[in-house]
Amino acid sequence: MAEPQFDQTTQKELATFLEQEQRQARLQESIHSYTSMCWDKCITGTPSTRFSRTEESCLVNCVERFLDTSLFMVKQIEQLRTRQ
Amino acid sequence: MSDFMKSPFGSSAAAPSPDMQARKEAMMRNLRNEMALHSAQELINKTNEKCFLKCVTKPSTSLSGSEETCLSRCLERYLEAFDLISRTYVSRIQRERLDSPSA
Repeated sequence: MAEPQFDQTTQKELATFLEQEQRQARLQESIHSYTSMCWDKCITGTPSTRFSRTEESCLVNCVERFLDTSLFMVKQIEQLRTRQ
Repeated sequence: MSDFMKSPFGSSAAAPSPDMQARKEAMMRNLRNEMALHSAQELINKTNEKCFLKCVTKPSTSLSGSEETCLSRCLERYLEAFDLISRTYVSRIQRERLDSPSA
């Protein structure tokens, strides 16, 4: 690149920005994956003009329980490890 | 692309030149646009896949009226689900951050 380098302050600012955006991208990625997974689990019928209350609470519970599951699994693995 | 990260360039205490400022802002804008585009693309692919699966159960020579109705409702619901799950997840993260500020 023929353009002059960024000065140090700008470099730092860009690095921080990049970190933030990467975090944001990971968050987005998780949301895409949870939506896909929970859609398959909760929306079993033909889509109508609005969600039923059951579908809506299933979607919410689905995310919450998935996160609980991942915490639970970490603990289980930890236990397995100490038992050895 | 990441040249600026590796550069051991000196510490000029002076304020960044307007040109540099502009380049920095352009870089940030581009990255944000790129990310928004990527996310939109992902959503389009997903809705396409999920709604085709749900609505076009026996593909024939063209989409029927009822299949199209199903597809457009399915699209709306998928976006709604994305929004709902996004809000649920974000508020969960915030809740857990309050419970253990060290994390």
